[in-house]
Amino acid sequence: MGLKRNVSLATALRYKGQGPMLTFVLHRIGGLGMAIFITIHILSSFAGGKVGIYTNSIYENWIFQIFIFFFVLFHAINGLRITIVDLFPKLIENQREAIWIEWAVFIPVYGMAVFVIIRTGLGG
Amino acid sequence: MATSTKSRTVPITKRGLNFEMMMWLFTRLSALAMYALILFAIIGALIMGARTQMNLADVMRWGFMPNVRHVQNTNVPDLAPWSTPFWKVVASLLLLVATAHGVHGLVVICDDYIVSSRGRWTVRNISIVFMTAMILIGVYVIWTS
Repeated sequence: MGLKRNVSLATALRYKGQGPMLTFVLHRIGGLGMAIFITIHILSSFAGGKVGIYTNSIYENWIFQIFIFFFVLFHAINGLRITIVDLFPKLIENQREAIWIEWAVFIPVYGMAVFVIIRTGLGG
Repeated sequence: MATSTKSRTVPITKRGLNFEMMMWLFTRLSALAMYALILFAIIGALIMGARTQMNLADVMRWGFMPNVRHVQNTNVPDLAPWSTPFWKVVASLLLLVATAHGVHGLVVICDDYIVSSRGRWTVRNISIVFMTAMILIGVYVIWTS
């Protein structure tokens, strides 16, 4: 019973997983965040009324949208990379290059979305 | 360590094909299905005039779930073409695939921290109840909005 770690938390945080580890962590945080976000979103649209208006006012806030777009877009683009590499296993030899391509796709798409969100948020 | 970057390919007949393996494959295929449905919704939005009436973030919000409420606060003049049964079917399909994908993802995360077989049995049962409830509530929200 229970979870046994062979390394301390301090060692775990110093683990140099680099690029692949970063995508794993962001993918997991994003997936968990989306599950919580979408669950609350569906339940509040179901409830409607005051609860719905209150949660919608949070979700429509441009600061919140910058966060949610980061996690949703990263999860989507990283997920596509994982899918392609897993369905064509020979590509795993080039997975570091795949991660670089992934960032090259993610940064412009997310950058454009953030630009639009901030411009709309500031009333432009 | 030099050989660790070499790919190992095992023929499909020699791999164990159990439920977890099927769900591993389902996670990848449902990701592709979600991409197809989202691209479909974005193309549909562009055909319905989003190019001149919506900004990129609004088109993406519609793409992630083609529900008419997601275009309510945009400059789209007529909401009727956005709330047809056709888009409700697309939205329901996306909801089904996304819920199954997401709930299985939560089970995978839980499996990393809950290692007893009793705990994993509990997680799986909770996940089935949760998934059924979210699909029913989600379908209700899509078809009544």
